[in-house]
Amino acid sequence: MTKAEREVLLDPLFNNNPIALQVLGICSALAVTTKLSVSIVMSLAVVFVLVGSNVSVSAIRKGLPPSIRIIVELTIIASLVIIADQILKAFVYDIWKQLTVFVGLIITNCIIMGRAEAFAIQNPVRLSFLDAVGNAAGYSLILLVVAFFRELFGTGQLLGFTVLKATKDGGWYEPNGMMVLSPAAFLLIGLFIWVVRWKKPDQIEDEFHLGHLLEPHEVSLLR
Amino acid sequence: MQASPLRTILFAGAVCVVCSIFVASSAVALKDRQEENRLLDLRSKVLLVADLAAPGEKLERDRINQLFENNLTARVINLETGEYADDIDPVVFDQRAATQDPARSEIAPANPAKVSRLPDNALIYQLLDGDRVERLILPVQGYGLWSTLYGFVGLSSDLETITGITFYEHGETAGLGGEVDNLNWQALWPGRRAFDDQWVPQIEVIKGVAGPPESDPYRVDGLAGATLTSRGVTNLLRFWLGENGFGPYLDQYRAERGIS
Repeated sequence: MTKAEREVLLDPLFNNNPIALQVLGICSALAVTTKLSVSIVMSLAVVFVLVGSNVSVSAIRKGLPPSIRIIVELTIIASLVIIADQILKAFVYDIWKQLTVFVGLIITNCIIMGRAEAFAIQNPVRLSFLDAVGNAAGYSLILLVVAFFRELFGTGQLLGFTVLKATKDGGWYEPNGMMVLSPAAFLLIGLFIWVVRWKKPDQIEDEFHLGHLLEPHEVSLLR
Repeated sequence: MQASPLRTILFAGAVCVVCSIFVASSAVALKDRQEENRLLDLRSKVLLVADLAAPGEKLERDRINQLFENNLTARVINLETGEYADDIDPVVFDQRAATQDPARSEIAPANPAKVSRLPDNALIYQLLDGDRVERLILPVQGYGLWSTLYGFVGLSSDLETITGITFYEHGETAGLGGEVDNLNWQALWPGRRAFDDQWVPQIEVIKGVAGPPESDPYRVDGLAGATLTSRGVTNLLRFWLGENGFGPYLDQYRAERGIS
């Protein structure tokens, strides 16, 4: 594997994480991270769809008429999502019941469309494949980290096994109810972003000043 | 580079054909497995309500089928008369399909559970001990906040005591109304009483916390943050246990066994 290929594969984990740096795909990261098992299945579904869409889009990129580019990408993505949903329904029915709504929403997950448009459409198949694996892994990484903490502190369990014995079962741990609600995912993603940017200060954006949008005389009015 | 219109159309058509072949073949190839999963899920819910499986217990496929087939008898009944309709094969009868079929259903009277159509027949399960019916498992459905909840309620042989409740399909908010799936909440149901002395359904999901079944038999804890789903559960139970639902069948059953 060349250096360029390695970068395409590994950059999306920390250096250019789709959720932490580009802040894409947040919606599903909030919704499916209350349980680790569900997050694992969701991650696999996203790996499947992203790899499938990047490879297919890349394979047809030379013959693809530019005027129908987006709708063709969307057709491919939607088909892959339906197939992923059907497979889950056939093999992990219990998890499918919880996840089917969100699997359907992979169609609109900005990461998938984003990678097709930003990468696969102008790169060869092999590189697009690596890019898809890398980005899906970057997405999954966040999902799994968030789900790990939410399930552990929200229920005292991991993958359904008791780790911290809850008081209602005669243990000592009082489950943190906020952890199972969506805001907890925001907090955890925020913390993740903070840790990444603390380690990699170049990801810190220029501070946003209201002053940039205003004329000098308007700034003085605010004072 | 601009592609010619003809080439664009052909390309779009080709993409559609290829995609639809993939989608269709996955749906067809996996259909049997999915159907089997659905049936197993349904059966495990019935077992749960019949108290043949412990809540949260993971059963193997064969065990589910074995428990189900050895212990439970499916019967088709006529909802309006309450008689058994043994001319209909319970294995083939699909109550939900019958509910949608104008030839086999009618418009339901206005009701708070928002049940819009009533099937002529319903599929119930009986847990038999010899000839004696130990438990009845009745299908229920009704509207919560966003969706129709489909489930089962179990009654013990005195027809008063609830042995369990479960839902196998709904689209309520996860974490709020979706907590109807919470086993701790479902564990509050066994031992509650469904009817008062006049056999009018009195069971109610209240707002807040109810007492234990001995001192507070008609009320069950509400789902926190899900008042409308809780009310929906009350409504659907009262509807199906009432005169428009299984009332005639339950009357008949009581008359035959001298329960008053």
